Amino acid sequence: MSREDYEIVMGLEVHAELSTKTKIFCSCPTEFGGEPNTHCCPICMAMPGTLPVLNEKVVEYAIKAGIATNCEIAKNSKNDRKNYFYPDLPKAYQISQYDMPLCERGYVEIETEEGKKKIRLTRIHIEEDAGKLNHDEYGRGSLVDLNRAGVPLIEIVSEPDLRSSKEVESYLRKLKSILEYIEVSDCKMQEGSLRADVNVSVRKKGATEYGTRTEMKNMNSFRSIVRAIEYEADRQIDVIENGGKIEQETLRWDDVSGRTFPMRDKEDAQDYRYFPDPDLLAIKMSDEYVEEIRRNLPELPESRKKRYIEEIGLPEYDANLLTASKYLSNLFEGASAICNNPKAVSNWIMTDITKELNERELEPDQIPFTAEQLGNLVVLIDKGTISSSIAKKVLVELFENPKDPMKIVEEKGWIQISDEGAIKEVVLKVLENNQQSVADYKAGKDKALGFLVGQAMKETKGKANPGMLNKMFLEELNK
Amino acid sequence: MELYELTAHELMDKLNNKETTITDITKSYIDRINDKEKDVEAFVTLTTEQALEKAKSVQEKVEKGEVNSKYAGIPIGIKDNICTKGVKTTCASRMLENFVAPYDATVMNKINDENMIMLGKLNMDEFAMGASTEYSYFKKTKNPWDLNRVPGGSSGGSAAAVAANMVPWALGSDTGGSIRQPSSFCGVVGLKPTYGLVSRYGLVAFASSLDQIGPITKDVTDSALLLNLITGHDEKDTTSLDIEKKDYTKALVNDVKGLKIGLPKEYFGDGINPEVKQAILDVAKKYEEMGATVEECSMEVTDYALATYYIIACAEASSNLGRFDGIRYGYRTKEYKNLKDIYINSRSEGFGEEVKRRIMLGTYVLSSGYYDAYYKKAQKVRTVVKNEFDRLFSKYDLLLTPTSPTVSFNIGTRSNNPLEMYLADICTVSVNIGGLPGMSVPCAVDSQGMPIGFQLIGNHFGEETMLRAAYTYEQNTNFKANKPTFKK
Amino acid sequence: MDISREEIIHIAKLANLKLTEAEIEKTLFNMKDILNFANTVNKVNTDNVYESIGATQNYNVFRKDEIKEFGDRDILLSNAPEQEDGMFKIPKVI
Repeated sequence: MSREDYEIVMGLEVHAELSTKTKIFCSCPTEFGGEPNTHCCPICMAMPGTLPVLNEKVVEYAIKAGIATNCEIAKNSKNDRKNYFYPDLPKAYQISQYDMPLCERGYVEIETEEGKKKIRLTRIHIEEDAGKLNHDEYGRGSLVDLNRAGVPLIEIVSEPDLRSSKEVESYLRKLKSILEYIEVSDCKMQEGSLRADVNVSVRKKGATEYGTRTEMKNMNSFRSIVRAIEYEADRQIDVIENGGKIEQETLRWDDVSGRTFPMRDKEDAQDYRYFPDPDLLAIKMSDEYVEEIRRNLPELPESRKKRYIEEIGLPEYDANLLTASKYLSNLFEGASAICNNPKAVSNWIMTDITKELNERELEPDQIPFTAEQLGNLVVLIDKGTISSSIAKKVLVELFENPKDPMKIVEEKGWIQISDEGAIKEVVLKVLENNQQSVADYKAGKDKALGFLVGQAMKETKGKANPGMLNKMFLEELNK
Repeated sequence: MELYELTAHELMDKLNNKETTITDITKSYIDRINDKEKDVEAFVTLTTEQALEKAKSVQEKVEKGEVNSKYAGIPIGIKDNICTKGVKTTCASRMLENFVAPYDATVMNKINDENMIMLGKLNMDEFAMGASTEYSYFKKTKNPWDLNRVPGGSSGGSAAAVAANMVPWALGSDTGGSIRQPSSFCGVVGLKPTYGLVSRYGLVAFASSLDQIGPITKDVTDSALLLNLITGHDEKDTTSLDIEKKDYTKALVNDVKGLKIGLPKEYFGDGINPEVKQAILDVAKKYEEMGATVEECSMEVTDYALATYYIIACAEASSNLGRFDGIRYGYRTKEYKNLKDIYINSRSEGFGEEVKRRIMLGTYVLSSGYYDAYYKKAQKVRTVVKNEFDRLFSKYDLLLTPTSPTVSFNIGTRSNNPLEMYLADICTVSVNIGGLPGMSVPCAVDSQGMPIGFQLIGNHFGEETMLRAAYTYEQNTNFKANKPTFKK
Repeated sequence: MDISREEIIHIAKLANLKLTEAEIEKTLFNMKDILNFANTVNKVNTDNVYESIGATQNYNVFRKDEIKEFGDRDILLSNAPEQEDGMFKIPKVI
């Protein structure tokens, strides 16, 4: 049997750090980075005698996420303690939610080759992040930094509805986009504010029972998630094909070697001894409160997409791509508002900006320039201040050293020559120096005109107004 | 009469009348500590030097008119599980032998804001687990009425220090009787407030849903005064209640006419020492004489409340004590090669036997397969106990019971059987399960000259009724004629 | 449902406690005794009774999302058995 005879079954546990100002149970800042242990206080360091107080925004953000992913919002909820020892977990328990999560039974719709597919969500709950372990200079010890300890997280658990690494990627991108739109998380994978654990099992196609699953952790990019899934599925199929059995275990993906490794000693049986945290009170959500959040929820990608197609007249493909990321969509809307030429902005994003992002291996949230700058760039083209070939150069500049496009154009001396006299001078000079082409044109070879225009562009370092050039060459040649 | 013999409210009067100074009061207590501490051993840490400095500066502030709180300059002792910035907080454990909290508990902020003078940190059973203070890692506190006997626990240091006049009053903490039982053993007044009345922020947690800080004082008036000081909503403790602050001294009315007192018969069973039982029945009679109605009633779930208590308290403790891992603070073993060694050896060497036993028990009742049968069931029984109290308080204003089945016992004679030891908490734990206020008031001495206390149980926020009844009893009797003898 | 020796060892492991052979025996004996007593809770009829969560019936007590910096790392680290570069030091964890 071969790989094609198997089906991969996956469910995801996605952790997103919420973009609240303060931690979930104390008033320390959640800001990424900072000197070790400077975003800490007695509470998040679990000093004896300290107590947690729940940040109201954490509840609000989790409910926003629940509404945006079509979940039912619990009327009654609570915080539970998950007990285990690890140096990054100062209380020796994580305050999480066990049997009464804030949100349950939702779904997210993704596009697949076979059309739309609903990925069901089991639940969304709130919990606290752990600290970080660093290694000391000489590799002899580990050092505990608790800046991240207590940063609020939502954990979004999906049903095992995903069947390929491609689906996993679409699901994750969709989830990321939703969370960005409703502004509850900045979802920066590179900073670890969006992390996904993937539960993977394989089974023969047509089988109804699920296979034994393994849980993979430590993937920090879309690329590594896809690689890890492919690796792990192959590994499991290999084991089964060789008559082996899959063990239920937690695996760590190692991006360098491209392999998974078991995370824990099998000896260490996990028993988290969940129980309601007696330091915290019950959470009750009224219908009014949930409705209020629903009413104030920012526009979701589906709705924006519809608007782009119906009101602006963009093709569905373009609208899809633009709304896939809040950052792209905001860039599009912001720039369009400035230049009043949404189709041109869309074109720039769909072609040149996407190309630059790919070449530079950047995500849309890492675009260094503003929507205003992009809008102004389109204005410069529309006004004829620069040509579109110059505009491409300006865009590269915007990626390298972002500032107002007019300033870039001025500093670089890229302003389009639209002065008739100056253009005529160039045209005459080019005609003078290219008698052969002139003769070719007159002999009916239209292609020669293009060559002449190109020469004029070369002469003006691309700054001549191409329309005017064309017109003037024709005038001269037809004299 | 020496200054140290006075109650806190008498000291306040003397200061108010300019009959003495803060410095003189502090010196008087320091002399007393120098005299008696070697016998009683109530303190884990003494802060007498800082106290004298502070007394001088507070005296100056008072003279300049910068401070005019009546609490200013009154000394106090603090149980060693309440965090004090700059002064060690050990919980009487090897685990925290050198721990200095980086912050003050909310009650300490209140005490410091009033310019009170802390004389030191008081001994206790390790992490407040125990009922004789013999489980302290550092020392065994003696009962001032008989130095061969225990002061009770876990707030044994607090009760003994008050009884020995080494402090005018003290703060204790009560999870299952830890304020009331030692108060009864030492012949002083101990009050456990309604759960949520006093902030727990800065109290090293034993069992979060049961712990409360409360006053241990020489009389009922001081109890009301100290309660006034420590109560109040605290946004750092979500279980602290956001209710209007009361002046409990207004409840100090010498009148119990019309008060209905229930006498739950389950608290007067076979396990109760006959002399104790008789003393409590005498109290009941006295209340009737003073105009209250006293009636026998029944609280059938009393026995189950004790089982419930041990399940819940140990479960919460097992989780609360996980943070003592030898990494950020506290004891770290010398014997380690890896992280696992640090965890296991630090905890095994740093915790005492009783603490480890309760961690084991709590871990077990929360573990997979047993959670429903023990912890979940206990939380349901807890609801039953609360309902039972609600039923009783729909009929009665107060319940009257013994505080402890026995008087203080000799050091070293405590049962080696943990279960027998736990059973001695039968009179006090239901109050914590119900989150109710409870109070122990001294009423008699037994044939050996050891004090006996009675317990009043109030409805939620029934502190005023409780204080009124206790005050009336105190005003119409004379327990104070009995004095600790420091018998060797 | 008596607690077994194996369970005692398992529980000690979960709690990160070390028990000597003698302590295992003693703990087993005491725990049996105590659990036997704790089991009496199962005699109480709790049909249609909700379990209590904590001691109070209150709910929804939250904090505003406002930053208050503690600002004193030194004091937070001052009790550490071992520290380096402003962090708590422990043996190497892979």
